[in-house]
Amino acid sequence: MRRAFKISAVTLTSAMLAFGASACGGKKVESGSGSGGGKKTVKVGLAYDIGGRGDKSFNDAAYAGLEKAKNDLNVDIKDLEAKKDEPEGDKVQRLELLAKSGYNPVVAVGYAYAGALGKVAKNYPNVKFAIVDDASIKADNVTNLVFAEEQGSFLVGAAAALKSKTGHVGFIGGVDTPLIKKFEAGYVAGVKKVKPDAKIEINYISRGTDFSGFADPAKGKTIAEGQYDKGADVVYHAAGLSGVGLFQAAAAKKKYAIGVDSDQYLTADAAAKPLIITSMIKRVDTAVFNFVKQTSDGTVKGGPETFDLKDDGVGYSTSNAAEIDPLKAKLDEFKQQIIDGKITVPSK
Amino acid sequence: MNRLKTSPLALTLLAALAALVFSIVITSIVLSISGFNPPSTFQAMVDYGTQPDSLVNIINKGTMYFLAAIAVAIGFRMNLFNIGVDGQYRMAAMLAAALGGAFALPPGLHQIVILLAAMAVGAAWAGIVGVLKVTRGVSEVISSIMLNFIATGIIAYLIQTDRLGYQPEGSDSIGTHPIAESGWIPGIPFPGAREGAEVYGLIVLAVIVGIAFHVVINRTRFGFDLRATGLSASAAVASGVNARRMVVTTMLISGATAGLIGMPELLGTAHSYSLQFPTGLGFLGIGIALLGRNHPVGITFAALLWAFLDESSQILDFNDIPKEIVAITQAAVLLSVVVVYEIVHRLGMRWQQQAVAAELAAGATKKAEVAS
Repeated sequence: MRRAFKISAVTLTSAMLAFGASACGGKKVESGSGSGGGKKTVKVGLAYDIGGRGDKSFNDAAYAGLEKAKNDLNVDIKDLEAKKDEPEGDKVQRLELLAKSGYNPVVAVGYAYAGALGKVAKNYPNVKFAIVDDASIKADNVTNLVFAEEQGSFLVGAAAALKSKTGHVGFIGGVDTPLIKKFEAGYVAGVKKVKPDAKIEINYISRGTDFSGFADPAKGKTIAEGQYDKGADVVYHAAGLSGVGLFQAAAAKKKYAIGVDSDQYLTADAAAKPLIITSMIKRVDTAVFNFVKQTSDGTVKGGPETFDLKDDGVGYSTSNAAEIDPLKAKLDEFKQQIIDGKITVPSK
Repeated sequence: MNRLKTSPLALTLLAALAALVFSIVITSIVLSISGFNPPSTFQAMVDYGTQPDSLVNIINKGTMYFLAAIAVAIGFRMNLFNIGVDGQYRMAAMLAAALGGAFALPPGLHQIVILLAAMAVGAAWAGIVGVLKVTRGVSEVISSIMLNFIATGIIAYLIQTDRLGYQPEGSDSIGTHPIAESGWIPGIPFPGAREGAEVYGLIVLAVIVGIAFHVVINRTRFGFDLRATGLSASAAVASGVNARRMVVTTMLISGATAGLIGMPELLGTAHSYSLQFPTGLGFLGIGIALLGRNHPVGITFAALLWAFLDESSQILDFNDIPKEIVAITQAAVLLSVVVVYEIVHRLGMRWQQQAVAAELAAGATKKAEVAS
C-alpha cells in the first residue's frame, strides 16, 4: 500500500511537471505522517489567517518575507491558508501538521492563531514559533512579532491632511477589530496634528464577528465612493483585500488614496497608481525574514519583539515620488518627534 | 408495490452512495484538468483523515454539524425552513458565553446554567420567527434570514470592550470574558491522539439530542402532529391540529437545539465567544440535514462525511493542491444527492402508479369477464 502510494506520488509529480501546473518543483503528495528525516535543509512553515496569499497587503507581506528567506537563506518553505469560519481545532491542526512534518521554524500570521499556538507550542518545545500581531501568548519558543501600526498610520494621516485640498479625508477599516482601530486612532491623530479642524469620514466594511470586510472589494469600492462623494479627497484603508475597491474608486473619481501594509503603489492598476500617495508600511516581511534568519543562526529569542518607526518596522512608502516628495520633509519631522517621544500616538 | 414497501431505506442508501460516487467522479475530473493525479490525491486525503488527531477533529466538527443539522431538520419535518439557525446559535453562544464568564458557579451547576441559557436564547430568537409567522403571516424564510443579519449586528455591538467584550492583555482579538474552569466540560481522550486532542465531552449531549429527536418525532403525539402538518397542513388542521401553535412550538424547539450548536466548542475548547468563534455552522446544517434526509442516522453519516472532507482538505493545501477542490466535492455531493433523491422519488411514484394501474386493469378485465 505504502509502495503503491509512493508510485502514485511519483506519477502525480511527473503529471504536474508535464502539465506545468506549478512553477516550483518538489511537490509530492504527503500525508504529513512525519517523514522528517533524510533532508538536512531547514524547512520553514507559515500559516495564514483568512485571506491568504494574494491580498496584496498583509498576508502578501508575510509571504514576501518567507520568499526572501527562501532565496537568501536557501530554506524550504511551505505556506498554508486558513478557511473561512473554521473552528480553532483547524488552526491547531494546521500548526501541528507543519511542526510534526519537520517544519522549524513555524510562523503563524495573525492574532487569530493565538489560542491555537498556545496549545501547539507546548507540545513542540524544540520548534521555534513566531506569531504576528499577538503578544498574549508567552512561551520560551514563541516570538511575538508586534507592530506599532498607530505610528505608521499617524504619518500617513499627516500626509493625507497635507495633501487634502478640502480639509476632508476618509478612513476605511475592514472589520472593527481592536487591531484595525489602532490604525484608525493613529490616522486620526495624524490628520488632526496637521489640520485640527479636518473632517474625517470613518467607515468599517463589516463589524464584530463578520470578517467579510477584509475580503470584499465591491463593498470597499462602494464605501470609498461614498466618502469621496461626501467631499473627502484622500482616503486611507486598513481593509486587506477590500482595499482594491478603494483604488478602483480613486481611479474612477480621480481622488487620492493611501495603501496599507505593503507598498501598494507597486501592485496597483495603472489607472490608480499615480493617485496612491503613499502606503503605511508594516514590515511583516522584515519581521518574518529576520525571525527565520535568527532561528537559523541561533540568536532567536522568545517573547515580544516590537517593530516601530525607530527601526523602520513601520513607516510610509516613497515610491510615488511625484506625490510624496513634497511632503517628505514634514513627515520625517513628525517621524523624528515620535521617535524622540515628543509626540505620543494613541493606539485606541 | 411490495418491492417498494420493503425498499425505502435501501433506496436512500443507494441514492446517497450514487451521489457520493458521482461527486468523486466530478472531483476527479476537476483534479485531472488541474493537472493533479486523482487516486494519489484521494489516497493522501484518506491517509491524513484517518490519523488519530484528524479523527478527533472530524468527530468534533461532526458533533457541531450534527447539532446544526438536527436543528434544521426539526423545522424541515413540518415544512418549516428555519434558515435562521445560524443567527440563533451565534446569539445563543455569545450571550451564554457572556453569562458564563460573568460569574463562577459550582461545577455542574455552572455548565447547566450556560447550556440552559444557550437553549433559552436560541429558542427566543427562533420564537420571533414563529410568532411573526402565525400573527402576521411573515414567511419564516425571510424573517429568519433577516434575523441572522440582526444577530450579527447585535453581536458586533455587544462584543465591544465597553459592553460585554474583553480584550486579553497583548492580544488584538476581542471576546467575552473567559468562562472559569468550573464551567468547562472536559474532553474524552482518544486512543493514539496527541496530548490535548480530545473529543468534545458534549458529544454525549449530541447523542442524546439525536435520540430525543427520533423518539419525539416518531413516538409521540406531538411528533405525529408535526409530521402530519408537514405532509399536509390543511389535512392536519382538519383533523384537529392547532397549526399556529405547532409552528411556534416547532420553532422554539428548533431554536433551542440551535442554541446547543456552539456549546461543544465553547465549553470544550474556546471558553469564550471571541472573534475566532466559528460562524456559518447553521448554513452547513441545512446542507447536512438535506444530505441526511432529516433522519438522525443519515445526519450522523452526513455530518461525519462533511467533517472528513473539511479535515482532509488541510493535507491538500500542504501538497499545494488548492483545498477549494473539497468545496467542489461537497457541492457535488449535495447537488447530486438532491437530484438522485428526486429521481428515486419519481421512480417510486411511477412504480406505485403502474402497480395501482395494473391492479385496476386486472380488476376491470375481471369485471368485463363477469359481465360477458
